[in-house]
Amino acid sequence: MSVAAGTVKNGTTLQMRAKRRSLRRVREAPIHAFLFLCAALSILTTAGIVFVLFEETFNFFKEVSLTEFLGGTVWTPTFSQKSFGVLPLFNATIMMALTAMIVAVPLGLLVAIYLSEYAPNGVRQVVKPVLEILAGIPTVVYGYFALHFIAPEMLRPLGQETSFSAASASLAMAIMILPLVSSLSEDAMRAVPQSLREGAYGLGANKFEVATRVVLPGALSGIVAACILATSRAVGETMIVTIAAGGQPNLSWNPLEGMQALTGYIVQVSLGDTEQGGIEYSSIYAVGMLLFLTTLVMNIFAQWFLSRFREEYD
Amino acid sequence: MNLLKRGRLLALTFASIAVFGLVAACGDSNKEPAGPAGTAAPKLSGSILIDGSSTVFPITEAVAEEFKKVQSEVRITVGISGTGGGFTRFCNGETAISDASRPITQKEIDACAAKGIEYIELPVAYDALSIVVNTSNSFASCITVAQLKTMWDQPAQGTVTKWNQVNPAWPADGFKLYGPGTDSGTFDYFTEHVNGKAKQSRADYTASEDDNVLVTGVAGDKNALGYFGLAYLEENKTKIKAVQVDGGNGKCVEPNAANVENGTYPLSRPLFVYVKKTEASKPEVKAFVDFYLQNAAKLSSEVGYVKFPDRLYPLITSRWTALKVGTMYTPAPVAGTTLEQLLSKS
Repeated sequence: MSVAAGTVKNGTTLQMRAKRRSLRRVREAPIHAFLFLCAALSILTTAGIVFVLFEETFNFFKEVSLTEFLGGTVWTPTFSQKSFGVLPLFNATIMMALTAMIVAVPLGLLVAIYLSEYAPNGVRQVVKPVLEILAGIPTVVYGYFALHFIAPEMLRPLGQETSFSAASASLAMAIMILPLVSSLSEDAMRAVPQSLREGAYGLGANKFEVATRVVLPGALSGIVAACILATSRAVGETMIVTIAAGGQPNLSWNPLEGMQALTGYIVQVSLGDTEQGGIEYSSIYAVGMLLFLTTLVMNIFAQWFLSRFREEYD
Repeated sequence: MNLLKRGRLLALTFASIAVFGLVAACGDSNKEPAGPAGTAAPKLSGSILIDGSSTVFPITEAVAEEFKKVQSEVRITVGISGTGGGFTRFCNGETAISDASRPITQKEIDACAAKGIEYIELPVAYDALSIVVNTSNSFASCITVAQLKTMWDQPAQGTVTKWNQVNPAWPADGFKLYGPGTDSGTFDYFTEHVNGKAKQSRADYTASEDDNVLVTGVAGDKNALGYFGLAYLEENKTKIKAVQVDGGNGKCVEPNAANVENGTYPLSRPLFVYVKKTEASKPEVKAFVDFYLQNAAKLSSEVGYVKFPDRLYPLITSRWTALKVGTMYTPAPVAGTTLEQLLSKS
């Protein structure tokens, strides 16, 4: 934005410059205000969401005790015999997110190491955007991919007996978050300065040793942050688990069984029309609150980890 | 953090929006030419919002599609919130027509009254609530209503889990259940007529308001048993298998049109649409409901339900043309009252 000025000949040019600068300040004020408004809007929206969540959750806990909610193992809020143990839903969400991470993290890291350390520039420039397209596929497509391909073609031979399973949803989620892990990790690895690599080579390290013992530890904070972001995404994922994991709250550690996640329950209740103010209605807010707190804790942990273990290169 | 390649992502987003827009535009222009099919009716426009039972959905959807061929300018949306969900919206004044797989309940009548919403209750066809199993299931060919209660009633939750607990002749394998969610009229009907009390059911089954999810579930699980409307059975005969039902007299009856018409199938029930009275004067709504009643017999059979005997339709049509508000089911009719008696009484 700097105004290209030639050599300063006399005072008038200087005066004109000062005038122009103040004029610019006046013109930029509305832009400044507008940008501030944009930033404020997102903060206000967040505050509004948290407020509504809190309000309805409060209504829920007026009727249900916290110990029943967090400790109970049966979840049937919409039936006549009501029971509010959220563990089956929470367990399903955590299990599916973890399974997805177990698949996506090693795979994503290998992709990242290849792209950052091994791939020629031309290959990298093609592979990376293509990988990122995976992140742009609508999740409903992943859901049906899991239901109609992963479950019958890949998991049935392994012993899945039903159409819906946690494992099929997890695998689809793994594909979905793979680019998130690989792309962010690769960015972190490329941020490791070349001089470190060269130093290692100078000490006689081969390429593999440089990648695993110098670059990987150097980029660790970024990689961990990427993984936690990806986990948050998997925890909050809705469409895939609703379509592919089934709609039955099921406290089980067998990933080949169908189970309902926190998000899946919210969808199920919102699909039918529940009476506003009833306990079914506020139960979706309590579940949403739990989901919100889970991802919030993870994001805070990611921030802390990033600032604690950040390697500064200058 | 400066890690995400925001620019690229943004470009991708815009590109995909552009592509979707293009596809949508093409889709629209393709649909346009489906013009009038012979009738010289005046061109109507406007929109009709319908929601409610996923069981009634196939009929209403078929009628809406046929109606569009005659009146292409009328936009009709048909939702599947379930009968209860549909009535919540209907009595809130949000929808013009509500699909229902059971008569309106007292609670819903009160909700409508509170908002001053009057409605015309129109039966459109019979359904046979069907019990289905996986095609590889060779033993469950007939089930009694009492056995269904053993399987589905509230006390069964967590305790009745194996086939041989229902019928000693069946294997000792565990079964998995698939059924409609609690907002569904099919759920209300089943729990009332099988379990003995509306909404009283075990909860440890895969529940969905969308019957296609249930079909997918039963089709892929050799130990599955589920229940839903006849249309979804007819449409998926290669994927799932019907179970005959014994109402208690020792006769196993197949869910099909003939057995509903002769009254032998124990789980048959009428399906309804409810039309908001203030909407009925709108020409597009009037034309649509007229069209619905003219074609209900033909289209309900086409999608897999059972048409009423021919003599019933004039009674229903006169109920509509007279704009008779309220329900025929309050006060509750004496047990054994036929739909024909109800219609001619009112």
